[in-house]
Amino acid sequence: MISSDPTQVTRICFDNIEVEDMHKLEVAKKHGAYAFLPNVLKDFDADKIIDEVKTSGLRGRGGAGFPTGLKWSFVPRNTGKPTYLLCNADEGEPGTFKDRDIMRFDPHLLIEGMIMSGFALGVKDAYIYIRGEFLHEYNVMCAAIDEAYAANLLGENILGSDFSMNLVMHRGAGAYICGEETALIESLEGKAGRPRFKPPFPAVEGFYGCPTVVNNVETLATVPAILEYGGAWHAAIGKPNNTGCKIFSVSGHVNKPGNYEVPMGTTLRDLIENYCGGLQHGDVPKVVIPGGSSTPWLLGEHYDVPLTYDDIMKAGSFLGSGAIIVMDETADLVAVTRRLAHFYAHESCGQCTPCREGTGWVERIMNRLDAGQGTEEDVKVLFDASTHMAGRTICALAEGAAAPTLSLLKFFPKDVQAKLVEKSS
Amino acid sequence: MSSSNQPCFSEKRLAEIETLVKRYPSAKSALMPVLYMAQEDFGYLTMETQQMIAGVLGLKIMEVREVVTFYTMFKEQPHGKYLLEVCTNASCMLNGADELYAQMKETLGIGPGEITEDGLFSIAEVECAGACAGAPVVQVNNMYHENATAESMGALITRVRAGEAI
Repeated sequence: MISSDPTQVTRICFDNIEVEDMHKLEVAKKHGAYAFLPNVLKDFDADKIIDEVKTSGLRGRGGAGFPTGLKWSFVPRNTGKPTYLLCNADEGEPGTFKDRDIMRFDPHLLIEGMIMSGFALGVKDAYIYIRGEFLHEYNVMCAAIDEAYAANLLGENILGSDFSMNLVMHRGAGAYICGEETALIESLEGKAGRPRFKPPFPAVEGFYGCPTVVNNVETLATVPAILEYGGAWHAAIGKPNNTGCKIFSVSGHVNKPGNYEVPMGTTLRDLIENYCGGLQHGDVPKVVIPGGSSTPWLLGEHYDVPLTYDDIMKAGSFLGSGAIIVMDETADLVAVTRRLAHFYAHESCGQCTPCREGTGWVERIMNRLDAGQGTEEDVKVLFDASTHMAGRTICALAEGAAAPTLSLLKFFPKDVQAKLVEKSS
Repeated sequence: MSSSNQPCFSEKRLAEIETLVKRYPSAKSALMPVLYMAQEDFGYLTMETQQMIAGVLGLKIMEVREVVTFYTMFKEQPHGKYLLEVCTNASCMLNGADELYAQMKETLGIGPGEITEDGLFSIAEVECAGACAGAPVVQVNNMYHENATAESMGALITRVRAGEAI
């Protein structure tokens, strides 16, 4: 049960995550699912919902951290076209595995969040784009959606109101880039997932050219609590401009890897030592990737950084999706960077030359460096390729691809030097 | 080429596809789910199957080809009855995925793109499976096996070879 006192709130999306059989409607209802929905359908309208979400300070939990209420307010009304709501459940950023738990353990929370969000946006058809590998989660979601339809929580005239909305599950098929919202839209249109040039933004011209909102699973799953307890309640949790709780997916060299939802502003040290059972080796981490593999690295000196969008940005990186990959002193950073370089070269969609060619160059050079066959010239080209692909492409994949190599070169030049064929003097 | 060899969806499948198409503003959106159905029915996507799908959805063959070749989960080549996909991305790598992958290849005696002689197994290295708390992760026909070890995967392989269910 979430406390109405914001100072007592420690979890929002994961409030019922341990409840047995929470994926079943009957059990979910016993724990409060859909209890407040009739109030929303009866007493709220679009403006009130969008205002509450704006007041809440909720920022997108998928990676960009864009204010959700503001994103919703960009959707033009009365265009004569349908407005679509798409849930981004592609969860492909290496290190991220939080949305999976919401979907497999508490699918009705997401469905309820989508009904309320869809109601605010005047949506008739909503879709959940889930990564193809999550077949189990897809099946759990489909079963929950079927139950919701049978209980008149989806479909025509939801709970006797004037509001009708359909919700459809749609599987991706193993392309990381489809987590980028315009690539996701392309993919949902039955095409290769190549990001679109913006503007126009999806809010104006998205799915089949219609106004479209794309929100992450965790973002949408936060909406029911915001509407029930109020935007001001949510804004009082966490830190100013970094409100609410956040799920952190912690993996790598910690004793208890897993998903942990904590109030924003909890320190990295607190999370790792008091939730994750501490580091496997040593007292401070060698490297922490704070927001998924495409975010720049933090170091041991950042161990006390509060986990907020703003504090992590001040420390030189991004909170991203909250995927924290921890590396202790045993990690071979050149090998890890080589592996990530392979990932980005594999996942580049290929439409922008700097990314398509740049990720290939970076991968080939990292392969040489890791194999002990690299030269000083390779290091120069690696830096050159990494710096020149970022910011010169349609989407942010190239920038993310450059982050690990640039962090390696900036913070651990000795690790690179140690593997060169010809050592510099 | 005899027409009896042409892949063809069952009547039941065609009815499912008809329902599916109605969920989207355009039939083209149904392409990915229909490709999954075809893989379920026929194992993998031959050119003939792709042409058949183009016909069913009213698409050009190139529209189908573009999607099939873009996404890694659509297969144009046959694989073993069990496809073992080992994640070797960062979090799994930090927890021994490279060694696990090497040992599994040795146990099976095959590399990526190959099928064991008994037709039971194929193996592949894949990108982040999104289950990093259970690193290293191996997907066996889309079922996640977390905290996988050479022993647990060896035991799974032995059970399959003995004809047991997994």
